Amino acid sequence: MNNNGFASFFEFNNVDWTKMGQATWETVWMTVVSMIAVAIFGIILGLILFETQNSNSIGAKIINWVVAALVNIFRSIPFIILIVLLLPATQALVGTIMGPRAALPSLIISAAPFYARLVQIAFDDLDHGVIEAAKAMGATRWQIVTKVLIPESSPALVSGITVTTISLIGYTAMAGAIGAGGLGNLAYLDGFQASNNAVTMMATIIIVVIVFIFQFLGDAVVKKIDKR
Amino acid sequence: MIRFKDVSKTYTGKEGPVKAIKDVNLTVSDGKIYGIVGYSGAGKSTLIRMINGLETPTTGSVTVNGQEISQLKGEALREARLKIGMIFQHFDLLWSRTVLENVEFPLEISKKGNKEERRKKAEELIKLVGLQGKEKAYPSELSGGQKQRVGIARALANDPKILLSDEATSALDPKTTDEVLDLLVDINRRLGLTIVVITHEMHVIRKICDHVAVLDAGTIVEDGPVLDVFKHPQQAITKRFVNQETSTGSADDTQVVVDQLLESHPNGVIVKLTFHGDQAKLPIVSEMLRQFPDTNMSIIEGNIHQTQEGSIGSLYIQLTVENDNQEQIQGALDYLKTMRVETEVINREQ
Ligand SMILES: Nc1ncnc2c1ncn2[C@@H]1O[C@H](COP(=O)(O)OP(=O)(O)OP(=O)(O)O)[C@@H](O)[C@H]1O
Ligand SMILES: [Mg+2]
Repeated sequence: MNNNGFASFFEFNNVDWTKMGQATWETVWMTVVSMIAVAIFGIILGLILFETQNSNSIGAKIINWVVAALVNIFRSIPFIILIVLLLPATQALVGTIMGPRAALPSLIISAAPFYARLVQIAFDDLDHGVIEAAKAMGATRWQIVTKVLIPESSPALVSGITVTTISLIGYTAMAGAIGAGGLGNLAYLDGFQASNNAVTMMATIIIVVIVFIFQFLGDAVVKKIDKR
Repeated sequence: MIRFKDVSKTYTGKEGPVKAIKDVNLTVSDGKIYGIVGYSGAGKSTLIRMINGLETPTTGSVTVNGQEISQLKGEALREARLKIGMIFQHFDLLWSRTVLENVEFPLEISKKGNKEERRKKAEELIKLVGLQGKEKAYPSELSGGQKQRVGIARALANDPKILLSDEATSALDPKTTDEVLDLLVDINRRLGLTIVVITHEMHVIRKICDHVAVLDAGTIVEDGPVLDVFKHPQQAITKRFVNQETSTGSADDTQVVVDQLLESHPNGVIVKLTFHGDQAKLPIVSEMLRQFPDTNMSIIEGNIHQTQEGSIGSLYIQLTVENDNQEQIQGALDYLKTMRVETEVINREQ
């Protein structure tokens, strides 16, 4: 097997397609599952940040301070360090530190705070008048959240989750390098360590394609729901 | 009935406290259109927002239909708000919803009826405001006037007793403004709704209001029936508002013309006539010319406006006579007085 030189990157007959398919599935699975969890946690956290800012009550101020601090801390820890830090928690939570499932806690914990900030910004950007109008109509806080805040900021929420998901795809590859499975794992073990450049190349191409697909889907959804 | 009793409101702003409302007392009777006019920052929004509890008075009380709004909280406040519709300068529609869904929105909030009943009610209201055919359109596809019609339909969804309008026509062009104002009067008549309108445009007051209060720096400096206030404004600020509406050109333009005429006709007199009510419909001026044939008249400026209670108008004329026959002029002026037209002889500026 010729594993030197430029041409070696394109000798795709050296690729084990079953393994590649399996790894692709793992990457997509990690991305989609963590994306869903990040969307849920991010919206909840963003909502807490939004609802507790500018409040006069002491309780709200404390909640805002604590959540903002946690969000800022977890947003600033580099992902690769976060994985290592979370190893014990991961072991306890999912019962293993290997494979795609083990990557989930760190993926979610690193991306949810980032998305929470985007959610808060999206809510802040809403015209305050619309919220006032709903209040004047006798809406409860919860009705304002479900009928005004979320639907009215939906394009920003979707483009935010698109951006977040794309960085999640990058994180899955990084997580793969330390044993979480997926395309990153394959590129590292079967590509780099086994000196099979074609595998590395193919894994890269597939990751790029996945990123493009998510970006395309995100843009399409925003275009469809944005009626402004 | 809406009643403000000794209401004051102080905001604690960044640069110390701001007294936005000072000792306001006012009563709005049922079924009336009550206007509050004032310049920017006078406290109009603060005042109107107390009626549905978006603001609370620092001292004093606001009572709506016997209920002290300023004391209500939580569910009771929300319940009361269902009966008070509000429309806004920037419409504040939900852009993610169609026209129909926007009008259904307050019904979803009040949890009134099932989906079908809500749809039916919304369709009726859309018809009432003249937007049939636009049910499926999104707000971004509508003109300003159409958006405000949606705003009005939405405000009426829960069959309120009161409609609050915070500068609802300020973002609209004059023609659209008049259309929306006509709609408000129509609703007031048809549904017997009490309407409180705040504006900085005297035009709005003149066109639709029964009663007007002038708000200046948080205080009501003058109030009364619209026609009275237009006829006999007392305060300087009220005069300025009334002039804004009754002189077609700017006041300066008129002064220039008057000065020129005074110069070229040193013998003539320039008279400002003010008509109101039915006088505006009578041929008073032509009758005057018939009775005093030696007088010549030229019109400098004039206008006439409709209010809810009748017409009001002013006319600047210049009277000159052949042979310097001053008696004829005096006779003409006396005639006008007997017809109860207010006359004011304007002299050269000193
Ligand atoms: N939330 C607030 N905090 C501090 N000051 C406020 C607040 N809201 C209003 N004010 C002040 O109260 C005064 C009255 O404001 P308000 O909005 O009622 O005026 P307005 O007559 O509606 O003016 P405009 O025609 O510009 O809307 C202003 O001096 C304003 O700066
Ligand atoms: Mg205002």
